[in-house]
Amino acid sequence: MGKTIAEKILSNKSKRDVKANDIVIADLDFTMGQDGTSGLAIQAFNEMNAIKVFDPKRVAMVIDHSAPSPLEGVSALHHQMRAFASSQGINFYDIGDGVCHQLVPEQGHVVPGDLVIGADSHTCTYGSINVFSTGVGSTDLAAGIISGKLWFKVPETIKFVLNGTLPTGVYSKDLILYLIGDITADGATYMAAEYTGPAIADLSVEARFTISNMAIEMGAKCGLMEADDKTIAWVKQHSARDFEPVKADPDAIYAKVLEYDVSKLEPQVAKPHTVDNVSPISEVAGTPIQQGFIGTCTNGRIEDLRIGAQILKGRKIGQNTRLIVAPSSRQVMLQALREGLIETYVEAGAAVVTPGCGPCVGTHNGVPSDGENVISTANRNFKGRMGNNKAFVYLGSPATVAASVLTGKITDPREFIS
Amino acid sequence: MSMQGKVHKFNDDVNTDYIISGRYKFKTLDMRELAKHVMEDLDPEFYSHVNKGDFIVAGKNFGCGSSREQAPLAIINADISAVIAKSFARIFYRNCINTGLPLIECDTDEIDAGDELEINLQEGMLYNKTKGLEIAITPLPPVMLKILSEGGLVEHFKKHGTFNLD
Ligand code: SF4
Repeated sequence: MGKTIAEKILSNKSKRDVKANDIVIADLDFTMGQDGTSGLAIQAFNEMNAIKVFDPKRVAMVIDHSAPSPLEGVSALHHQMRAFASSQGINFYDIGDGVCHQLVPEQGHVVPGDLVIGADSHTCTYGSINVFSTGVGSTDLAAGIISGKLWFKVPETIKFVLNGTLPTGVYSKDLILYLIGDITADGATYMAAEYTGPAIADLSVEARFTISNMAIEMGAKCGLMEADDKTIAWVKQHSARDFEPVKADPDAIYAKVLEYDVSKLEPQVAKPHTVDNVSPISEVAGTPIQQGFIGTCTNGRIEDLRIGAQILKGRKIGQNTRLIVAPSSRQVMLQALREGLIETYVEAGAAVVTPGCGPCVGTHNGVPSDGENVISTANRNFKGRMGNNKAFVYLGSPATVAASVLTGKITDPREFIS
Repeated sequence: MSMQGKVHKFNDDVNTDYIISGRYKFKTLDMRELAKHVMEDLDPEFYSHVNKGDFIVAGKNFGCGSSREQAPLAIINADISAVIAKSFARIFYRNCINTGLPLIECDTDEIDAGDELEINLQEGMLYNKTKGLEIAITPLPPVMLKILSEGGLVEHFKKHGTFNLD
């Protein structure tokens, strides 16, 4: 009987022939924690009476969520992480290095066919380079870094076949928002998503990260893609590790197969306060906006910064509007500096902040005021997400955010793209 | 594992930001302190109305959103004995098992705020005393029951040093 990508990777890593709904204990290739979750993981590590991590090269900790520290309490957590990292000799990324989900693939830690856990829900991001990666809690992370193993329920898979070509001004972010709106926030709960088809093949590896990143917003455990030539070239550029990509069998069994044609897709916007509350931009255009945000593990990569800058170049953001830009890593920031993108943003009137999560999760750096509308390239718009439960967060592509801060209202980016 | 208590009822899609807002999770590792803010964006009075052993009952997709383990820990520390919902988000589900918070998947339409419930996890039985109704519950897989019955993954590792679930 044929297997899905998820079944194959979990079979390889548990050294058993497994299928959906089996429970396995499997070997981990890489493990990661960030500054919101590592504190509890270190505490659990100590409570479990552990002394050493299973393999320091396969463990990373990243200070990105609240970086640089805005509060004493956070500083204490950061201190605890630095001390743990130096005593264990693990990979460690400090303030300004970037968002965990940018760093893990960018720094070459993961390759196709890997099984990876991260104590952050958007760990599913690396699925786009054929990695079974999934978010776990701090206690799971502690068990993972001690034993190099974790228990998994083998997920069933929903396959998304994406046909056609995305129109100009419509991006992978619009595509994933559309899919989430269609299948809803719990449409893939407990399952893996597999994304395939010509519309995926057309996308750059960077644009594919955006799609896998948001798999969790439909409840999925991971958002997998097969590795094609683009993936293999990208991974070789970033990692020296050997790897063997994993393909789904033609006769694999899926919980569902959903087909879409993306050729007529409009830019999409998720409205407050759920990610699946999605409309085509024509239905929300004109909504006033006080703050824009370009960044995050969803859309803070160099291509995203290029897309936003292309619209902002030579223009000024609206008078009563603010724009915050957080490159997703130090490397992305450097590249953006070299290309003059940072200059474009600063000239347009944006505040460029430390590479990292920026205002995404509302712990610092750009908390909106009561009643304000924000348009953001992030992946979540829950009430209170950006630190104020009386603000309203809309989600869109970097192009949509850039166009909207120019006019001060939600704007179809195609008006600025020739 | 037999439990008794009163119901606090919530709707579908209660996300982890509602369970414990991101603005508190960075402030402290003191779970008793965090527990005071559980559910506060949905019900500011929640914490003061909970008696030891009470239940949180909700609709579908409870615990969606971030992976923060502060969510189940804050619920445990608010003295809630179990969460009952139509379905749970995946990471939250794992985190509950791992931190030792029992969760029960069943139809919650017949359970209202203030109802008194009695639950036996081993026997797979939920009894709504107020309504005189017995509700079928989906039993947990043996691997999860083992971790839960040992008090969570920390206790499991303390005892065995690694995974020992066969
Ligand atoms: S950028 Fe936002 S969504 Fe991504 S890891 Fe940081 S806080 Fe989470």
